Amino acid sequence: MQVPDHLFVPMPKQAGNAEAIVRPRQTFWQAAWHNLTKNKLAMLGLIIIVLLALLATFGPYLTDQSYTKQDLLHANEKPSSVHWFGTDELGRDVYARILYGARISLFIGLMAALIDFVIGIIYGGISGYFGGRVDNVMMRIVDILYGIPYLLVVILLMVVMGPGLLTIIVALSATGWIGMARMVRGQVLQLKSSEYVLASRTLGARPAHIIRRHLLPNALGVIIVQVTFSVPSAIFAEAFLSFLGLGIQPPRASWGVMANDGLPTILSGHWWRLFYPAFFISLTMLAFNMLGDGLQNTFNPKQRR
Amino acid sequence: MNQPKNDTKAGQPLLEVKDLHVTFTTFGGEVKAVRGVDLTLRAGETLAIVGESGCGKSVTARSLMRLLPERTARITSGSIKLKGRELTGLSEKQLRQLRGSEISMIFQDAMTALNPTITIGEQIIEGILRHQKVSRTEARRQAVEMLELVGISHPQTRLKQYLHEFSGGMRQRIMIAIALVCKPSVLIADEPTTALDVTIQAQILELFQMLQERTGVSIIIITHDLGVVAKIADRVNVMYAGRVVESGPVGEVFHRPQHPYTLGLLASMPRLDSDRTIPLRPIPGTPPDLFAPPPGCAFAARCSRAMAVCGTYPPERTEPSPGHTVTCWLQDPRAQAVRPESQPVGTAGRPAI
Amino acid sequence: MLITLWLIVTITFFLMHSVPGSPFDRDGKEANATVIQNMMEHYGLDKPVAVQYLMYLKSLVTLDLGPSIAHYPDSVNSMIDRGFPVSLSLGMIALVFAIICGIALGTVAALRQNGLLDSFAMIFAVIGITVPNFVVATMLIKYVAVEWKLLPVATWGTWKHMILPALALSTGPLAIIARLTRANMVEVLTQDYIETARAKGLAPATIVFKHALRNAVLPVVTLLGALIANILTGSFVIEKIFAIPGMGKYFVDGINNRDYAVIMGTTVFYSALLIIMMFLVDIAYGLIDPRIKLHKKGA
Repeated sequence: MQVPDHLFVPMPKQAGNAEAIVRPRQTFWQAAWHNLTKNKLAMLGLIIIVLLALLATFGPYLTDQSYTKQDLLHANEKPSSVHWFGTDELGRDVYARILYGARISLFIGLMAALIDFVIGIIYGGISGYFGGRVDNVMMRIVDILYGIPYLLVVILLMVVMGPGLLTIIVALSATGWIGMARMVRGQVLQLKSSEYVLASRTLGARPAHIIRRHLLPNALGVIIVQVTFSVPSAIFAEAFLSFLGLGIQPPRASWGVMANDGLPTILSGHWWRLFYPAFFISLTMLAFNMLGDGLQNTFNPKQRR
Repeated sequence: MNQPKNDTKAGQPLLEVKDLHVTFTTFGGEVKAVRGVDLTLRAGETLAIVGESGCGKSVTARSLMRLLPERTARITSGSIKLKGRELTGLSEKQLRQLRGSEISMIFQDAMTALNPTITIGEQIIEGILRHQKVSRTEARRQAVEMLELVGISHPQTRLKQYLHEFSGGMRQRIMIAIALVCKPSVLIADEPTTALDVTIQAQILELFQMLQERTGVSIIIITHDLGVVAKIADRVNVMYAGRVVESGPVGEVFHRPQHPYTLGLLASMPRLDSDRTIPLRPIPGTPPDLFAPPPGCAFAARCSRAMAVCGTYPPERTEPSPGHTVTCWLQDPRAQAVRPESQPVGTAGRPAI
Repeated sequence: MLITLWLIVTITFFLMHSVPGSPFDRDGKEANATVIQNMMEHYGLDKPVAVQYLMYLKSLVTLDLGPSIAHYPDSVNSMIDRGFPVSLSLGMIALVFAIICGIALGTVAALRQNGLLDSFAMIFAVIGITVPNFVVATMLIKYVAVEWKLLPVATWGTWKHMILPALALSTGPLAIIARLTRANMVEVLTQDYIETARAKGLAPATIVFKHALRNAVLPVVTLLGALIANILTGSFVIEKIFAIPGMGKYFVDGINNRDYAVIMGTTVFYSALLIIMMFLVDIAYGLIDPRIKLHKKGA
């Protein structure tokens, strides 16, 4: 290889610092959000959830049909331009009922998750933060409760309290908070003993600072994931209760009740009676699961379900 | 490390690597991890490969056994010859015959490199049964013998135990036993002592030396610890950014380092006999981005004695003394005139930035 | 374990007794006051709640779960005698099927990571998780049984009757197992000991079955308790849809008839069953994972 002689001189000094940090600084939540937006499935799930929420909120304005109006002359009609998703055996518009059912189903799911979240965080947080004997006693109680098969308890409560929107939420959260409390407590315990909390404490940080800066942001990721997964399981549980006749009572309708009502009609060919509610239940489940998986990857990629 | 070894016991080339290129396909593009590596391992010797993290030393070692992830890694060119037999073209099945029986490998952390749910006896025996036509009883006997050899007492009972029942040093011994049980001619040790306490490190290194004397196995040891190199290696290859920049007998390379990078490595290592008032000198900067390696010498950007030529032309290999090769433009006679920092080659001193 | 069981019994008992009115209040039926009085005496319902509670506990100790009120003189014990074998075989078939197919599916998906087969398997798993099992059951009846007439529509009897309900019952757990197995397998395959196994020259099949599968499936065992609970509650639905005379059917009938004695009895039975199952799963895990065994020995 011919190398020109004139190059054998000291390399000219280059401008700029080679060790400059090129990437802009991101906060924890910015990084998490950035990571999440790159996950297409999770974003799709989020979009579906937002659409469903809009549907549930403004749904009744999207149709001129009433969800309670019976019209026996047009019972069990196929989907048409008038009745987009067909009608049921009492001639009620399935589309209107789906929209209304979205409210009920999502409300149940969100409320149950919210109550789980609040009770779970308080209970688990106290147990984990104070530790020692408090933790021992509180976790003993939770361990015992955890052994109880939760759907059986829900059924029992429903039988006792009678079917209804409020009772479903109460019954679901009466059992749902236990898992959340266990998880929050585990997170808090783990974080409390982590070295960066120790470092912060060594530097003289106050407990309030530690909770705000370290425990909360780090535990919250995992908790959000848990909440995301508990919404669809509440909706699923409601569908299950509807099947046992313990769901929402007419004329109100949740997707679970509608799917259950639609079950026998599938043999008679009225497929839309089952298809639409089942489709929306599945869609919601799918959306929350996709979002939850995405959040899981964002916040704690090591722990998979 | 003040007792240089010479390569008198080295024999015929056992393993020869010529111009090896390995490329990884990632989402970000192609990473040229190994860019033209030449290695020679002679029978019965210990060859060390040193370099910073990410310099391609582990990738080189894994490509010798073709253990790289099949989907992403590709040997794009070059040749690997074991006892004169070309390995790059072999089928997966032929390679499996070779792995464990001709070339073996041990890894950094025995805790993760051994299966936690299978008894260690079974993990040794399965290798024997794979490569030798022997009965289970015979394989067991060999396993016991091997465990004894690597210094594990009560091998009969130890065979039935699981990984977590052993200490860190013991785990490393077991991994060595697994690797050597089929009497391979080449043993590749990828950072075998990095995860261990210093006292255990010394024991394991001594074990290597003892096993080499007993079995005559040739060892390639990958490390970033120059102390390890000084203790057990006959020859050393210094790698930087996917290339071998300097290679030669350990004593020669340590006492008369030629490449500025080797100098930097030696200068950044603390020594008991060094003057404590002189601060350690780290090498400034970070290794280049191997997505787009620089056209010239990869070290040029971090080199205090870089010349204009280093940025544009890749340096050629020169042999300042027999068996000692260097790939650096400073070896070019025309570079002799360029001494900007008035630092003689061969001292560990480097100008501060 | 016993504390949990006692707690369940107590909760169940007091919940059932907090329901206003007596079990003999029937809508639209005017029962004779003296008849009701006699019935109340017969079942001890006229005594104070505390006494009834002790009576109930006493009968439980002798494994007597009490009478049925709606189906007198049938007792909960005899319902279990009749229904449980049916439910057990259905549940076991579903569980075994879910475990075998779930693990196989998850493993194949992990080995063909991001390939066509992986996508297919994971779409199937997502469907299994997101579609309620009563929908799956109805679909199976409509297509396999009614349209194609391949298998009987409902009821219980020959092995042919078992296929559809077992299939419907197993989809959820199968999907969960498949997902978990895949995730674990993908992770296990990147572990160093897999590379060690390759460095020994072992064949891929040996590596997958001997070294990877065992470690990938271990976490599935911990999930088994939850899956059994899932199958159990699922069986209420499936048995009702397929008109299978199992425990689930009695339980659901009990709910519909507001037959508190039956609800109470079956709940206690189910709870005991689940708690014992969880306990067995814990023991099994200790036997399978050598690391746990040492931990317990040391503790």
